[in-house]
Order: sequence, then structure tokens, then C-alpha cells
Amino acid sequence: MTEIRHRINLRQFQSLIALAVMVLALSLLSDRFLTVDNGWNILRQISVNLCLSVGMTLVILSGGIDLSVGAILGLAGAIAAGLLKNGLVLATFGARLEFTVTGAIVAGIVVGAAAGSFNGFAITRFQLPPFVATLGMLSIARGLTMLWTGGFPITGLGDRFGFLGTGAFLSMPMPVWIMLALVAVFVVVTKRTRFGRHIYAVGGNERAALLTGLRVNRIKIAVYTLAGALAGVAGLIVTARLDSAQPNAGLGYELDSIAAVVIGGTSLSGGRGSVMGTVLGCLIIGVLNNGLFLLNVSPFWQQVIKGGVILLAVAIDKMNVRSRDSA
Amino acid sequence: MMGSSDIVLEATAITKSFPGVRALDGVSLRVRRGRLLALLGENGAGKSTLMNILSGVFAPDTGTIRLSGQAVEFTSTRAALEAGIGIVFQELNLIPHLSVAENIFLGREPRTRTGLIDYPRLNADAAVILKRLDLQVPPQTLVADLRVGQQQLVEIARAVSLDVKVLILDEPTSSLSAHEVEVLFGVIGEFKRRGVAIIYITHKFEELGRVGDDVTVMRDGRVVGEGTLAELTRDAIVRLMAGREQGEAYQKHVASPTDEILRVENMSVRGGLTGRKMLVDGVSVRVCRGEVVAIFGLVGAGRTELLEAIYGLHSSRTSGLVFMNGRQVSILAPVDAIEAGLALAPEDRKREGLILEMSVLENASLASLPAAVKRGLIRPRREAAHVSPYLDRFRVKTPSLGQKIRNLSGGNQQKVILAKWLAAQPKVLLLDEPTRGIDVNAKREIYAFIDELARSGLGVLVVSSELLEVLAIADTIVVMCEGRRTAEFARRDATAEKILTAALPDRAAVAL
Repeated sequence: MTEIRHRINLRQFQSLIALAVMVLALSLLSDRFLTVDNGWNILRQISVNLCLSVGMTLVILSGGIDLSVGAILGLAGAIAAGLLKNGLVLATFGARLEFTVTGAIVAGIVVGAAAGSFNGFAITRFQLPPFVATLGMLSIARGLTMLWTGGFPITGLGDRFGFLGTGAFLSMPMPVWIMLALVAVFVVVTKRTRFGRHIYAVGGNERAALLTGLRVNRIKIAVYTLAGALAGVAGLIVTARLDSAQPNAGLGYELDSIAAVVIGGTSLSGGRGSVMGTVLGCLIIGVLNNGLFLLNVSPFWQQVIKGGVILLAVAIDKMNVRSRDSA
Repeated sequence: MMGSSDIVLEATAITKSFPGVRALDGVSLRVRRGRLLALLGENGAGKSTLMNILSGVFAPDTGTIRLSGQAVEFTSTRAALEAGIGIVFQELNLIPHLSVAENIFLGREPRTRTGLIDYPRLNADAAVILKRLDLQVPPQTLVADLRVGQQQLVEIARAVSLDVKVLILDEPTSSLSAHEVEVLFGVIGEFKRRGVAIIYITHKFEELGRVGDDVTVMRDGRVVGEGTLAELTRDAIVRLMAGREQGEAYQKHVASPTDEILRVENMSVRGGLTGRKMLVDGVSVRVCRGEVVAIFGLVGAGRTELLEAIYGLHSSRTSGLVFMNGRQVSILAPVDAIEAGLALAPEDRKREGLILEMSVLENASLASLPAAVKRGLIRPRREAAHVSPYLDRFRVKTPSLGQKIRNLSGGNQQKVILAKWLAAQPKVLLLDEPTRGIDVNAKREIYAFIDELARSGLGVLVVSSELLEVLAIADTIVVMCEGRRTAEFARRDATAEKILTAALPDRAAVAL
């Protein structure tokens, strides 16, 4: 009984076909779609959403939801930009702490992780539903971003920081490098580590996970902390690309991220799905956005169509589950 | 007098299967006008499945149901209700944050001309029904604020308010006080005089003499005996339920326990609505190497709570000491319990034991993943090699290790849980109703495994509400009643009568 049969992942297969059909249709409809430049374009455009969505995938797999990632993105970007530009004024010591580019990057990620771990703490220690806890954090992080920036963009961050968003290495854009690295790491984490297995277990049946001796609370805190840290990374990319931290950066991004995860076949009730599915989900949304733009479809219609795609994806998923369970 | 025109409800050759289990196998049943049919059988005999089919919760795979001579097929409980079959489920189906009156008339609230709920009438109608049941609470009371017994009466009140031809009561007295039971019997008598046919599921023989007319006994998904209560003696019924003479039940290896592994002293668990009720009240228990200790008790005896408390699940409202190999251990959460060498297989496998979305392999390795990890990564081959011997040892039947666990039968799921724990090498297994919902052959297999595990040096603490199971597998039997430990028997001294007497609260013991 040592044989392990690998199942074909029907859901991912369907996403892949949907993506292929879209690519084929768009290449026929627009001669500007299937070009190398446009390909990089799409990848660059989805890099931010994919950073958020990898974290969101972990959270949703564990049975939760995170509405605060967009706001954390804004906060982390603003703090990194502010520290880089103005340093940290320590009024009591009458001193000013200068930040290097690396220091600012680390600070942005740490701020994201801290906000995420606060989410995890509120959810485990005070038993708040994830929806409520992260809704609170959404508002807190937005407010803090406004306080930090005074409502004005922080601009002029320099080329070295800007490299993160606009630079390229071996002719591949930096945001794409970051995105691919994160995907690679988290595919391995979810599929091949104890921590990853435990995330699936907690999302699949929290009670059973607890009775089997998993440290459910620690796992949840770790998941939200990672989601926050990844939102921090996304914040750095956005800020670096614009050479400016906008106080409103990341507004509504949590919804795009949830959409990508869901289109990618991850179940909102937890325990089922994958990071690779989310990659496909992000690609589908990215190709759709790009294609509709190239075809001069109005942005208002783009939203309507995106909503339809989400509903369709989840409806197909439900039908799959039903036919499998009754079989 | 008992002509066929008397038959209100007739089910013929009903069959129903769930994945891996044939729950009902050609069951036929007749209920007559104005008579009470007692439906008896052990847990897992198929009584509840049959009632769920009669009341429209499930559709049968094959078989027919006739109501007043007409063939019927119900697609929902509502359809069954409209046809005149009402059911009071054993588990409460009330909405806690609605009032008593709103619950009684849920779905058929009286309306005013403007279409709003007519509250004065709703409450007045409810008050009349509550009076009949002698339930002295205002109709506006929230159900959440009632005692469990009172909630059960509200559930019964809902059935009383209906104009039914057939009323099904599934263990209606399990949490009623003596007085409430009297009132219920009064209402049942009134129903019978009005010509309503009643199906009454119970474990309590003493209730039957009071209200029963006919008896149907089920075992392993079949009807094994029928008759009037006058014809069947209590012993005859017990024999039918058990299906074999008690002595020839599963024969276990006799252990001679010597070294103590687990000792629990003075364990108490508070709980209930007020948080002050003693669910478990000062219970001590001892398990030795190679010994199977069974805790027997009826519903509400605190068996499961005791097991969960030992496992660290209620640490904020538990007091008592746990010793492993003579050393006191502090267990505040399941992690601590597992570290100390305990392992729990819970009663409700699907809700508490398994990750249904995961494969057989992933479920089996979950408690011992470190053994599958090399340099930080889970190695699938190592993982399979680690758990396969245990899955093989319990003869788990699965097409592959990658099969989703949800597709296995109940017996095989339970074996995967046992394999999961064995792979983590515990010292004491805590088993909560290890054969609930498992078919009879798998049951015997599990008994044999429990015996074998004990022989290999584990201690086993089993909680069970099945008398024959306890007599079959235990070396020592501890009986609990209403949170307290009321008796302990060595295997050779234990009889069904002695155990039951210790398990029944005083009010019922007299009637036995």
C-alpha cells in the first residue's frame, strides 16, 4: 500500500483551459495582444495582486479571510517611503534616524507583518471572526497611513529604491522576479512542509486539527502574519514603481485578491485549493483586464465582466464538488 | 378489531444505503390508529434512519410508504408534515433566539390583515398549548433561556399544535424530569384517544409498560421481531435486540493488569447554561498497561465530558489531577495530552476526527508528520512508508492512499483514525463510542483491534453507551450516572442488570 495515486486536479485543468481560450480569443481579436512586450506588461501588472493573493490563499486555506491586505499595502508603502525620505524623528532624543534603502524595505515588510500578526492575535486570543478583525485592521491601517502622510503623497524616493518597481535583472522586470520567487517559495511551503499541511488541516476541520494536537492558534497567527508581510512586499513594489507613496494606494485591492484566489479554485470555506490555482486566477484576471483594455472596452463594462467571471468560476466549482460528492 | 383499515402508516421493504453502510435492509413497519408502537434497538440498528425516511428527511433507495392506504413520496419534512406525519427529533431543532411561541408556530405564524405576524394571537395560541403540557413559562420567553428539558417540551409542543395522523417521538424523555415525563405521557394518552398513531423510539423499557401497545425490534438495519407488548417479555426483547445470548458476544483475551499507566483523580467539569452544573463530579479512574477500561453511562452521564477533560479540552472549567506512569502531568490543551502519551478518537468522526478534504495518507500521517520530514520538507515516500504499516495492520480498505477519506466507509474511517494514533505511538488510547455508525462486521473487527492493542501493552479507556459492547471488550467497567461515578465492576462480576441499575438515576431504577 505504498503507492500514491496522483489525482488530476480538475479545477486547475479547467482554469488552464479557460486561460488558454481567453489568450487564443484575444490574439485573434487584437494584434497588439500576443506580443513579448504585452506579455511582460501583463506579468508586471499582476505582480502586485499576486503578492497579495499568495498571502490571501494561505489565509483562505486556513478557513479565514483577510480584508485588510489592501490597507496594509498602503501603510507599508507609505512608511517605507517616509523613512527613506525623512528618516525617523525621535523627538524625545532630539535626533533623527536615517534609513538606507535596505532599512526602509525591511521596515515596510516588518510593518506589514506586525499588522498581520495583530489580525492573528485578535482572531485567536479574542475569538473575533476574521471578517470583523481584518475589517477593523483595514480601517486602522488606512487611518494610520493618513496620519503618517498627512494625506499627501511622499515622492522623490530615488533610483535605488525605484529599481524594485521599474528595474530589470537579466531583462526580466524586478516585480516579476519577486513574484516568481514568492510563488516558488509558497508552492513548496504549502505542498511540502508541515506548516503547509497544518494550514490545510486547520482550514479543513479545525476541531479535528485541534484534537490531533496541532497548535491551531499559532498556525493562524503565522498565516495572518505572512499575509501582512506579503502585503508589505506588495506595498514596496507599488511605491517603487510610482516613485511615490500614495495615501490611497491599495484601495480595494483586497477584493481583487479574493477574486483571484476564488477563481483559482480555492474554497472560501477553507481546506481546499492551492497557490498554483491562485497563480492561474491572477493570470485570468490580468489577461482579462489587459485584453478588455486593448479592445477599448469601457472600464465600467470591464468591472461588470470581471464580476461575471467570478460568479461563473465559483458556480462551475460548486457543480464539480456536487457531482463528485454524489458519485 | 385490528383489521387493515386500522393501519394509518405502512412502510414496506424500505432499503437505504449510505457510502459503505447499508443502514436499512428491507424494513417493513405498520402503525395503527390510536396505538403506540415502540421501536426498539441498539444504537446503529437503523431506527433513526427509518424515522428520517418516514418524515421526509431522506428518500428511501427502494420500498414504499402508504399513508391511510395511499402511496406517498415525501420530498421534504414539510411535505410529510402537510400529509400528517409529525416528528420530534432527538436533537433539538429549535431556534434559540426566537421566543417559545415563535418556535412553536414557526413557518405557520398567524398573520394580521396587513401581512404582519399577529403577535397577540400567536402568544395566546401558544399559551393554550403550553398549559396542556404544564410548561410554566411565558410564551414570549426566548428558547435559549430554557432548560434542556423545557426545550424538549417546546419541541413536543410544536408537534402537539399540529393536526397529525402520525406522531414520531425519538427518545423524547432523554432529558425530561419525572414530572415532565408524566405530563408527556398524559399528552400521549390524549393523542391516542383522538386516534393518532404514535411511533415511539426509546431505550427505556420501564416507559413502555405505561404507554406502549405494540413493539417492533430492529437490529443491524432489519426488523427482527414484532408483536404486542403483552406477548413479548422484557427478556425476549433484550434477546432480540442483542441478537445473541449475552455470553456468546465477542470473546476477548483476559488481561491481568498490573502496572498503572494512567490515573485520573477527582476529575470535575463544570458547565451547563449557568456554568455551575457539575457535568463530571469528582470522578477517579485508573488504567493499567494492557487493560481495557470501559466507562458506561446513559445520555447525560458525563462520559464524553470526562474523556475530553482528561484530554485537556475544557481546561478552564476542569479540576482534578492526571498522572502518567505515576508522575503528575499538566494537561491544558490536547497538545499537552498527546505529549504525555494520550490519544483521543472522538465520537463524531466526521466533525471531530477527520479532515474530510484530505486523503487517507494525509489524515493518517497528521499526528506524526515529523517522521515524514527530512531537511524541512515532507517526503511523500517517507510519509507513505511511515503510515502504511499501521494502515495495513488495521486492514484499511481503500483504493489508494491518495483517496479522499470522505469516500471511505465509517468502519474504514475509524481504522484510519486508529492508524493515525498508532503511528504517533501513544501509551493510552481514549476511544469515545468507537463503533458508532459502524456496521456489525466492522464492529467486531474493531473490538478485535482494541483487544490486540491492549495486549501489545497500551492502556485503553473506552466510553460507550452500548451495554453489550462494554461487556464484550472491557476488563474493568466503570459506570457513571449524572456526572458521578456510581459503580465499578471487574469483568467477571459484571452483568447487564448490575450495570444498568448503576447507570439509571434513582427515579427510574425503581421501575426496572
